[in-house]
Amino acid sequence: MSATAVRRTTAPLLPMLRMQFYAEFVKLIRVPAFSVTSIVLPSMFFAFIGLGQAKDPLFPGAHVTFGAYFLASMALYGVANVMVLGFGISLANERGQKQDLLMKSTPLPAPVFFTAKALSALVVAFISITVLGLFAAVAAGVQLTASEWSTLAVRAMLCSIPFIGLGFALGYLSGPNSAPAVTNLIYLPTAFASGLFFPLRFLPGFLHQIAPYLPLYRGAQLVWDSVGAPTEGGSITTDWLYMAGYTVAFFLLALWAYRRDQGKKFN
Amino acid sequence: MTEPAVQMSNVSKRFGSVRAVDDVSLTVESGEVVAILGPNGAGKTTSISLMLGMRNPNSGSVRLFGLDPKDFRARSRIGVMLQESGVPGMLRVQEIVDLFRSYYPAPLPRSEAIQMAGLEEKAHSLVKDLSGGQHQRLYLALAVCGNPDALFLDEPTVGMDVEGRRRFLREIAELAARGRTVILTTHYLEEADQLAQRVIVINHGNVIADASPAAIKSRVAGKRVIFSTTSLLADSLFANLPLNSRHIEDHRVRLLTNDPETVLRELFRRGVVMHDLEVAGADLEEAFVAMTHQEAMA
Repeated sequence: MSATAVRRTTAPLLPMLRMQFYAEFVKLIRVPAFSVTSIVLPSMFFAFIGLGQAKDPLFPGAHVTFGAYFLASMALYGVANVMVLGFGISLANERGQKQDLLMKSTPLPAPVFFTAKALSALVVAFISITVLGLFAAVAAGVQLTASEWSTLAVRAMLCSIPFIGLGFALGYLSGPNSAPAVTNLIYLPTAFASGLFFPLRFLPGFLHQIAPYLPLYRGAQLVWDSVGAPTEGGSITTDWLYMAGYTVAFFLLALWAYRRDQGKKFN
Repeated sequence: MTEPAVQMSNVSKRFGSVRAVDDVSLTVESGEVVAILGPNGAGKTTSISLMLGMRNPNSGSVRLFGLDPKDFRARSRIGVMLQESGVPGMLRVQEIVDLFRSYYPAPLPRSEAIQMAGLEEKAHSLVKDLSGGQHQRLYLALAVCGNPDALFLDEPTVGMDVEGRRRFLREIAELAARGRTVILTTHYLEEADQLAQRVIVINHGNVIADASPAAIKSRVAGKRVIFSTTSLLADSLFANLPLNSRHIEDHRVRLLTNDPETVLRELFRRGVVMHDLEVAGADLEEAFVAMTHQEAMA
C-alpha cells in the first residue's frame, strides 16, 4: 500500500479473524445439540463404562488402570468428535441454508473464515477434554502425574488436527440432511474398531487387520502412550508419521471438496 | 471516483443450453440509481451475480469500480442483498452486524446500520427469531453496514409488508440522495418508478429497453381486452386496429392495446358479438412480451 493512501482499501485481517472466531464459537456453543454432545458425551461415556472399573488394572497383571486407559481414549474420542461432527454437520447445514452465498459477496477471505472455524472448534475440543479430565480425576480418582496430564492434553489436541480436515471434507461432500447420518456412520464404528471403547485384544480378529489403517487407531496409540498404557506395538514415531499423512490427505480432500462445491455454485 | 461503478462489455452467460445473459453491454456510472426490471427467469439475478463476481461470464468482461469484481478492494466498496441467502440463526442481530462491519475498511457505526434498517428493538434478538420482513431488514443492515459506495439489491422487497416496503424504499431513496450508486432488480414497475432514474428492462437475457421510468411506463401502459365469441372470427375483423398483440384460442380472444376504447368501439361497429368481456391493466409479463415484439419490429 502506498504511503500516501488516505484510506485503507480493505479491512485489516486480524480484527476480522477475531470477530469471525467469536461468531463461529458462539454459533457452536449456542446449539445445545452440538455443545452438550461434544462437551458432555465423553464424560458420560466415562461415567457409564469407566467409572465402575476405573481402579482395576487394564488387564490382569497390567500396571495401568482401566481408568487411565479410558480417560485417554475418551479424550481422543471427544476432540475428534468435535471436529468431525461439529464441522461436518454445521458446515453442511450452513451450506443448506445458503449462508455461504451472502458471505461470498463480502470481502471476507476464505482462509480467514476457515481459520476462525478451526480455532473455534479447537477451543470447544479443549473445553471437552478439560471437563473430561476433571470428571475422571474427581469422580473416578484417576491419578496421573502433571507431565502425563499435559502430555495427554497436548497429544489429544494435536491428534484432532487431521480430523479438522476430515470434518471440512464431510461438510462439503454431504448434504444438510445426510450429514448427521454419514458422519455418525463413519465416526462411531471407526472409534470402536480403533479400540477406543475396549482394548483391541477383546475385539474380533478381523478388526486387528483393519485397525492399523484407521486414523483414530494411530491417535489412540499416542494418547495411550502419554498415560503409560501399552500401545498395540510399534514405535510411536510411526504413529506420528501416520497422523501427519492423514492430516495432509484429509486437508487435500477438504480442499478438493470445497473447490468442487464452489465450482458448482459460483461458476 | 471517475470509474464507472459497473461496466459490462459483451457479457454472455450460459447454463447448459440456456442463455441466461446474452451479449449484454451496459455501464452504470457512480451515483446512478438503476432498476433492472424483468419477468421471472429473465436473467436479472444472473446479471447481478456477474456484476458481483459470483458467477464467471462465458465471454465478455465485467468490471466493478474498474477492478475485477472478485478483487477484495472492489468488494470492500459494495453492499449486497441477495435473494434466498441465509444468515446464521444463532447469532444476535447486533453480533452479526458487528461481524459484517469487521469485513469493511470504513464501516458505519453499529447503531446507525441497525437504525437504518429499523431493527433497534430487535438488536438483541437471535436472528432465528426474526420474522420474514425483519430478516429482509437485517439483510439491509448487513448491506449498508460497510458504508458502501454501491448497493446491489436483488429483489429486496420480496416478503415485506406494505409498511415495511414503504419504509425500505424511503431508506434506499435517502442513500441514493447521499450519492450512493444503487442497482436493484425488481418485477414491480412502481418500485422502479419510485426509486430509479434509469430502468433497464431485460428479458431472455437481452436488454430490451434502457430508458427513464417515464419512457418505460408509456410503453407498457397497455390494457388487456379479453372476451369470448360464439363463432370463429376472421382475421380481417382485426385489421387496422391499434393492437400490441392478439391471441385467439378457440372462442377466447385476448388482445393487448394502448387504446382499448377505440378497439372495442371498432369491434362493435364491425358486428362482433362478444360475451364475458373483461378489460384490465396488462400485467408486466404481457407488457414485456409486447415490448419484445416492438423491439423485433423496430
